[in-house]
Amino acid sequence: MTFLTLSNLEKSFGPTRVVKDFNLDVAAGEFISLLGPSGCGKTTVLRMVAGFEPADAGRIVIDGRDVAGLGPRQRDIGMVFQAYALFPNLTVAQNVGFGLKVKGTPASRIAARVEEMLTLIGLPEMGTRYPYQLSGGQQQRVALARALAPSPKVLLLDEPLSALDAKIRVSLRTQIREIQKQLGITTIFVTHDQEEALSLSDRIVVMNQGIAEQVGTPHEIYNAPRTGFVANFVGTLNTLEVEVLDPATGRIAVGDQQVTLGRPLPQGRITLGLRPEALRPDGAGEALTARVIGMDFLGSVFRLRVSMAGQVLAVDSFTTVGVSPPNIGDMVTLRLNTQAVLILEA
Amino acid sequence: MKRAAAWAVLIVGLMYFIVPLIGMVEFSLSMRRGEYSLDAYDIVLGDPQFRRTFGFSVIMALLTIIVGMALVVPTAYWVQLKLPRLRPVIEFVTLLPLVIPAIVIVFGYIRLYNTSSILPLTGSIWGTNLLLVMGYMTLGLPYMYRAVDTGMRAIDITTLTEAARSLGAGWGTILWRLILPNVLVSVLSGAFVTFAIVIGEFTMAALLNRPAFGPYLQLMGANRAYEPFALATIAFLVTWACMGLIQLFTRFSRHTPK
Repeated sequence: MTFLTLSNLEKSFGPTRVVKDFNLDVAAGEFISLLGPSGCGKTTVLRMVAGFEPADAGRIVIDGRDVAGLGPRQRDIGMVFQAYALFPNLTVAQNVGFGLKVKGTPASRIAARVEEMLTLIGLPEMGTRYPYQLSGGQQQRVALARALAPSPKVLLLDEPLSALDAKIRVSLRTQIREIQKQLGITTIFVTHDQEEALSLSDRIVVMNQGIAEQVGTPHEIYNAPRTGFVANFVGTLNTLEVEVLDPATGRIAVGDQQVTLGRPLPQGRITLGLRPEALRPDGAGEALTARVIGMDFLGSVFRLRVSMAGQVLAVDSFTTVGVSPPNIGDMVTLRLNTQAVLILEA
Repeated sequence: MKRAAAWAVLIVGLMYFIVPLIGMVEFSLSMRRGEYSLDAYDIVLGDPQFRRTFGFSVIMALLTIIVGMALVVPTAYWVQLKLPRLRPVIEFVTLLPLVIPAIVIVFGYIRLYNTSSILPLTGSIWGTNLLLVMGYMTLGLPYMYRAVDTGMRAIDITTLTEAARSLGAGWGTILWRLILPNVLVSVLSGAFVTFAIVIGEFTMAALLNRPAFGPYLQLMGANRAYEPFALATIAFLVTWACMGLIQLFTRFSRHTPK
């Protein structure tokens, strides 16, 4: 059941078209992430949904009502900003109750709702504090409570974790997702951090130069990217130029080594996309040898940089206690998971 | 050596400011021959004309501050929010009172709003008082606008406004309940400077023939010996009290980190 529909959205700033024919259907209670590099138009789409930027063309329908011509006040949305945007002159409780107060809600109901919201975000004792007395993570939780207090139909999150340090970011994103699931609120989350998008979302919209390159579940986006941009932007991707020897069976040559992918391929020289985990120093699969030219230790995994037929690839392997990683200059045998190979371009 | 030179410059600077002040206060206390007394102050404070003119100037100053705030706060807010490219133009306009003498402004008023004009404001007391308030506001504009603009730049006006609008707040609520309280210290700074300017202003009040403190000060200066110095000391204390209040409000602003 579609709850939020964005159809044929267009937006230009001067001569620059920043959003081009953008379409998206969001189901009730769904958590959607708009993912893309800076300047791809994701924040502009969010701001059009919020009503801060008028769309040049297109429709925005929330719960059956076209809101494209309405101001932010009439759209029934809640928004959380990257810079918290708590009102410095109001206490935490007054901040949370602000949306209810401007709507004329009775004081007793505001107080009850504020208490409920502060409990929800785990800050029930902080009502009398001012924003400057809170940490960044606490301020962003208060901003979330403030956005949720008036029970909006749609929650918009504009890079809410970007200003926080790494540890808080991970814990807060988990909390945001839990609260979103608990309330069942339809949510659009803007981020340029692929890890955030992959871990939080029901679906991800990968944006590039104002268009939605691909819409899909995190699993689809990561494992079956439809374009080279998506494959490159989401996760780490190795590109490997190969010569197709037998298009029917997918027999290819990498330098003087040959492997069979077991699926039809186009004729001639093609570029394959390989995630670092598609090549492993152990396990099953087609064997390829490569020379180790570098290594990055990342804790639970180590990332080898190997040279194969003059091309450099990244290969991930889990750290095993008691087993030393290969040395630089060693020749290693790598197993290729042929199912995980992406064909990028002919 | 450098340290000694710095101290020397500081002492010379302080003497430049303090010696005339000491002279002024000392002379204001010297009315009684051979001993210091507050006689000059007694005479000045007991003069009904002093109370009337000072009271008039205080009321004019308060009206100027209210009108100035009503004009400057929404203007600075709107320029920052929607028209940032107009900021240089607005800044230029607000600086004009510093280069256009008050006498030019007041003659302009008299020419435009005299009794034979379409809007004969000088034909009535309330109309002339209105002109005086407008004139005072113009004189205080460079200080009021800069103070408010600096305060607005210190907070993220755009995001706060968007947050408030997404929560359903209208422009009036945003300005009154969110923006004004957050720039109150700056507004008060501008207000106190405006107060100090208005209390001592002579040209406009004299040429519009209003019973303000400035013309009274001039009148006393022309006819008395000690009393003008007592008045100058009082005016000086009022100015310093205003500056002290700015500091006080800044320090005790409750929602900013100490």
